[in-house]
Order: sequence, then C-alpha cells, then structure tokens
Amino acid sequence: MAIRPKPVRVAAVLAAALLVVAGCSSPTASTGGPGNSGTLVVATAGEPDTLNPVLNYGVDGASLIFDGLVARDARNDLVPALARELPTVSADGKTVTAKLREGVLFHDGSPLTAQDVVFTYQAVLDPAVDSTLRSDLDMLASVAAPDPATVVFTLKYAYAPFLQRLALGIVPAKAFAGQDINKATFNRKPVGTGPYRFTSWTPGDRLVLAANETYWDGKPANSGVVVAFVADDNVRAQRMRAGEFDAAELAPKLASGFESRDGYRVHKVPTADYRGVMLPMGNPVTGDPAIRKALNVAVDRQAMVTGVLGGAGEPAFGPVPPTSEYAEPTIAGKPGADVAAATAELDAAGWKPGPDGIRVKDGRQAAFTILYPATDSLRKELALAVTADAKKVGITVTPEGLTWDAITPRMKRDALIMGYGTPYDPDFVSYKLFSSAFAGQGFFNPGSYRSAVTDAALQAGRDNADPAARKAAYATFQKQLAADVPWVFLTYLQHTYVLKDAVTGVTPRVEPHEHDVANSIWWNVHTWTKES
Amino acid sequence: MTGRRRLAGAGTVVRRRLLVAVPVLAATSMGMFALGAASPIDPAQQYAGAAAFTTSEENLAQIRANWGVDDPLPVQYARWVGNLLRGDLGWSTSRHEPVTSVLASRAGWTLLLVGTALALVLVASVLLGTLAAYRRGGWFDRALRAVAYAVQSMPVFWIGLAAIAVFALSLGWLPAGGLTDITATSTDPADVARHLVLPVTVLAISQAPWFVLFVRDAVAESLRDDHVLAARARGLPGRVVLFGHALRTALLPFLTLVGTHLPELVGGAVLVETVFSLPGLGAVTVEAALGADFPLLAATTLATAVVVLTANLLTDLAYAAADPRVRLDD
Repeated sequence: MAIRPKPVRVAAVLAAALLVVAGCSSPTASTGGPGNSGTLVVATAGEPDTLNPVLNYGVDGASLIFDGLVARDARNDLVPALARELPTVSADGKTVTAKLREGVLFHDGSPLTAQDVVFTYQAVLDPAVDSTLRSDLDMLASVAAPDPATVVFTLKYAYAPFLQRLALGIVPAKAFAGQDINKATFNRKPVGTGPYRFTSWTPGDRLVLAANETYWDGKPANSGVVVAFVADDNVRAQRMRAGEFDAAELAPKLASGFESRDGYRVHKVPTADYRGVMLPMGNPVTGDPAIRKALNVAVDRQAMVTGVLGGAGEPAFGPVPPTSEYAEPTIAGKPGADVAAATAELDAAGWKPGPDGIRVKDGRQAAFTILYPATDSLRKELALAVTADAKKVGITVTPEGLTWDAITPRMKRDALIMGYGTPYDPDFVSYKLFSSAFAGQGFFNPGSYRSAVTDAALQAGRDNADPAARKAAYATFQKQLAADVPWVFLTYLQHTYVLKDAVTGVTPRVEPHEHDVANSIWWNVHTWTKES
Repeated sequence: MTGRRRLAGAGTVVRRRLLVAVPVLAATSMGMFALGAASPIDPAQQYAGAAAFTTSEENLAQIRANWGVDDPLPVQYARWVGNLLRGDLGWSTSRHEPVTSVLASRAGWTLLLVGTALALVLVASVLLGTLAAYRRGGWFDRALRAVAYAVQSMPVFWIGLAAIAVFALSLGWLPAGGLTDITATSTDPADVARHLVLPVTVLAISQAPWFVLFVRDAVAESLRDDHVLAARARGLPGRVVLFGHALRTALLPFLTLVGTHLPELVGGAVLVETVFSLPGLGAVTVEAALGADFPLLAATTLATAVVVLTANLLTDLAYAAADPRVRLDD
C-alpha cells in the first residue's frame, strides 16, 4: 500500500477543485466538531419520507417538531399537550371536545388556533390527500371549531380509544393556503409547535433541528438535535465507535460490542413489536386446530430470544404486550419447547408418525410452507427456528423467502412470519388483524380467522368506555386467541440503543413497531443534556 | 500538431449523434414504462410502508387514483412525455418531492464522486501502468500486478469498511462517513473535500486494477512495435520513447475502455455511497426501483443514458484527435 499517500492527496485536491468548479460551495463555515454547543447527535436507519404529520410523520406523537392535542408520558399514559386538559367525551361516546392551551405559538410566531386543528384532521380525511392515516380515523365523521379555543370531534360510532388518536401533530393551516398538501414545500420544511424548530433536512444524510426557545412546556435542555440517517447497521456501528453520535440504534449483536467499551452504555428498550407465524385457515394442515396447538407448544421461544435475538427480546404468547395494563397473564405458556405436550396433542387428533417420521392423517402429510420477506434476516431466522422445532414433533415446514408482492397472493394458503404491534391500545392493530369482518382482506386478517367470541370481545373493547369492561373484553379476546391459535406468537423484540455515558436525562419507554426520528429512545430528547 | 484539421468533421458527427440519441432515449423511456407495467409491485403499498398493515384497500385505491398509476400505460406515458417536454420530470412517489429536486440535490454529489474517482483512476493507472511496463518483470511490475489482482478480488463494500476501520477509527485521520461534519450547519468545501477523500480513494482503488493492468499490457505490447523500436534506434531518450511513442499508441484502445467501463464505475459508486452514508443518487435509485417509482426511475435511467451517449461521443472525438488514421468526416 505504498501508493496510498499520493492518491489521497491528489483526491483531496481534485475534490476541492471540482467543488469550486461545480459551484457547490456556500459561504458559511461549519460550527466545528461534535461535542460543542450542546447539540445532540442521534443516528437511526429509518428516514421519514416526509415531515408532515398529515402524511404519516410521527402520527403517534414524540415527533420532536410537532405536538398533538395529547402526548404520552414515560409510561405511555396520555397527558394533555396542545389541549389544556385531556379532551372530554360525551355520554354516548360520539362527541369529543378539546379546549386548546392558551398562548401556544408555531415556530414562525403565529398563534395556534382551533382552525389549525380542524385543518389538520380534515386534511387527513380528504380523499385527495395521500394519507394512509385515514384508515385509522374511520370513526371520525367531522371536526369543527365552535370558537378559536375549542375543537369538537364528531364520531360515526362510539370509539373508546379515540383520545389515543389525538397524538397526531398539528400543522398550521395558513402554511398550506392555496397549495396541494401532497406536494407542499411544508412537507420538507415543516413548521410546528414542538420542542424543536426545523433547520434543514438533507435526505439520505441528516435532519438538523434547533431548540425552540419559546416552547410552551419549557425550553429544551440542549441547543439542538441532529438526526443522522445511516441505513447500514455496520456503518452506523463504526461511526458510533468513531464517536460521531451521542446515541444510535443498533442491532442487538452490534450493540453488545459496546457493553465493555469505556464511555458507552447499551439500553435494551421493551417494545410492543411482536413476531409470530400466521397460520391460514384455508390450508388443510394449518387449518387443523391440533396442528396449530401442537406447534404453539413445540416452539422454543426462549431459544429464539437467546439465539436469534441475541437476548434482546422476550417470549410472546399474544398480541397484547406484557407491559400493557390489558395483558392477560394466564395465557403465558412455557418459554421453552414442550415436545411431550405437542406429541400428545397430535397423537390424540389422529396425526400418526409415518415411515419417514412425518406425521400423517387421512393420507395427508403434516407439511406446510412458511413464507417470510426475503430481505428480513430476523424473520428468516425465526422461520428456520420454527422449522427445526416443528421437525422434532413430526411436522415438516418448508421456509420460503420471497418479496412482498410474491407473498401477498399466497397469504390465504401459506403460513407467514408477520410482525407488528403498538403499545397504545389493544384495539389498534388487533381489531383488524383478528376480526372475521376483515377476513382475507389484504394484510388485515390474511388467514381468514373467524371466531364469534373474538369478534364480540374486540367489538366490546371499542364500544365500552368503562376501563374495567374493556379489560374484561380484552382478557376474553386473548384467552380465545390462545385457545384457537390463529397465530403462533414467537417473540417480542427489544430495540437496542447505544448511548454515550455523557448523555443524561434518558428515559426509555415501551416502543411501537415503527420508530425512527419520532418515537425512539430520544422521544424526550428535549430533556437530555451532555456533560463535557 | 494538426488537431484542428483532424476534428474538422466534429460538428457533423455531433449533429448526427444527437439525431440518433432521440430515438435511443425514447426507446429507453418506453422500456422503463413497459417494465413498470409488468412489475407486480403496488406503489401505494410501498408508499404506505409499515402502515400498509393498517391501511384499508379503499384508502390505498384513493392514493393510486390521485397518482393516476392505474391508468392505461399509453396514457401514463403520453402524460409523462408531455410533462417532460414542458420541463417537468414528474413527481417522485418514493421520495415525496419533484423528480427535478431529487436530481438537483443528489446528482451533483454522485457526479463529483464518480468524476473525481475517474480522474484519479486515469492519472494513477496511466502512470503506474506505464512504469510497470517499462521495467516489465521487475519488482515494481510484479508487486503492482499482485496488488492489482488482490484488490480486484475484494468487494467494494469490504474495502470501504476496511478503509473506515484503518483511517477513521484506528488512525483518526479522516471522517468515517457523511458529507460534512455531523454538526456542521453548511456544506463548507474544505469539510466536504475532507469527507470525500476516503470514498473517492476507495472507489478509485476498487476500479483501478482493470485500468492499471490494461495500460501495463498495452504499453508493454507497443514497446515492441516497429515505430517504437525505430524511435529507440534513432537514439531518442528512454523517457521520450516511453511517453511520446509507446504510451501514445497504447492510449487509443484505453479511451474505448474508459467509455465501456463507465457503468461499472457508477455501480461501484452506489455501494460507496452506502458505506460512507453519502446522499447521492445511488440509494434513491434502488429505492425507486423497489417502490415502483417510475418517474424517478425513468429520470435516472435517462440521465445515465445521456451520460453514456455523451461519453461515447467524447471518446470518439478524443480518438480522432489522438489517431491520425481516424477521420470524422467520412
């Protein structure tokens, strides 16, 4: 490598020369290296496509730039934000009234009014706006502002967790005057009310935010945040090692390398993000309850947590995370495999071992395919683990990695490793995933699971405002799922982050499946400080 | 020199090439749209991302209707061409911004990376290849070839990560990635140049073996040509013979090689951009392909086609300038 020094120098000169020629230069200088001026640098893989909440940016709050009418605290409990107190719900559950906090200003200095809230929600409901959030606000009929400080939501039907949908960031109506919301410049240069004001966004590189000195909830403890977007896990780990970041999300195995490193610490944050095998009712093998129940006890969840997740996870037995107040403790089974119970179940149902060890019933072999998205190495490893566990009880599983467009048409007949989950309300994902009303509709209930008990429990959970009644409904729901086993739930993930020891004020909270700029461990970054 | 006369027919050639370029570009863009129609990927579902799991079919259908992606192919193509003629490249569904602004903010960095690396490769390979050929079989020649074969067998990705490990992590001389310091508030040229040293060098090194070995072989070959032997016999100094006679003959096929090698250089740039977290066109092109974002894909394909056509034209002009036997005006 004796030739290296020369090309390096030549490249530097050429690069500088070309830059000048290309006119890319801009007059100001950089503000020096990391560590100065109290700016925190965090790194993540997931880059938002847009910074407009109407188009799905940080819809569950903690979006740094925006505030919702409500926000969530460290325990994910709702607290008032732009609403002065938690909005009130009428007796029939169909009218929700929010009183706005006084004196809140957008970053451009204009005051927040009820019209901005109305505009935000109407934009989501407008079919001409490319918002996928509309599906989550099915129940919303209209929204109005009887006076500048009051917002009234009118629902088509009573929806108990409606307040959970009010964490959506509020945008200033006048920023969109005369513009197509889908293409507005606002989407890349947002103006909100949140703890940080937007400075710049270089897609593929970084988002730069500056502290909002006049934030209604007190000015941030630091002077700004830079979110670096580094898609590749290994690259992110190396740049963390080089000291560029104060916090970074890393895969568990890469994060564990930092545990013994001076000056760094690792946070394993619990999530509601589960992975499981969806077993379609339309397949003659997975449609047999005995196969599903046997598989449910034959899988070694503890081994998956240790082996596949590198310890960053916990066994899953249902779609309501153990950290939720709605979790039903009795459905939890053994974390390890119970081959004896699985064998007994299969024997009793008439699945007898054939000459090659594979079980057979009525001339049909206990064999089926598990699909997984080929690019997702975690789901692939889980599929392989299930395959190995199933083999031990005489069931042959063929794992098959495909792209989503190849998977979608096969979901009705073939098992699939799926994953999702939100910590906020048990209604959010489960209602569509397990209701018979959504059977066979895209990703909602692809396996066409149908149970009258489950349907009634899910409906009761959204109809009843009374917390005790909801809790009872979701207990019924979870027990019924455990009995019917439309899915074999495998694990809950933990999101792993590496932080510099110098960073203080970090309060991890249970995270949803989706986490990038919004809703990661830096959800409360405005309270973080860095000792120098 | 008679370069002026040799390039006499250049104007005609350029005009003729431009005439050919129009149908080529039209065919390329039509091919893009035909591929798009054959793609099973639903752009609305890609757009929804993880939210696809909670988004209703009705909602997705509204979004598709807003984009007009369910319209018949000829209608979509005619609309795209119409907008193109008005200077509007369309709306990128995967990046959520006009295609022109995607290109404007990113193409410059990719061009800078590829251009600098290419310049570096050309200078270094001509120099090293010629020196190696001059003392063929000597220690420098053997070492250079060994290194070239070794580098050729290393994936770009690996070279990049290794360079980061050595020069950024162990030695701390250069930054590990990004376009500027992570807390910088602007793109200061010196800062960008410092950040581009590693990526440019890695890209150049990964592409160099081909060029170095080619120059070495071609120069070694031409050192045995009659006119070179004649020059030697006339008693001209070694350096004059090497650079003035042998290298000049060898450079002709080299020019062609540069033109054909350009796509490979761009491919390497995509990987280098990933390793060094550079906001170039590479990553968005991959994303556009996966997200069935045809306006953006068509634009990057067209841009690449234009660059390749231009490179071929320049190669031919350079060829004419360098070789008295080649005439442009026939």
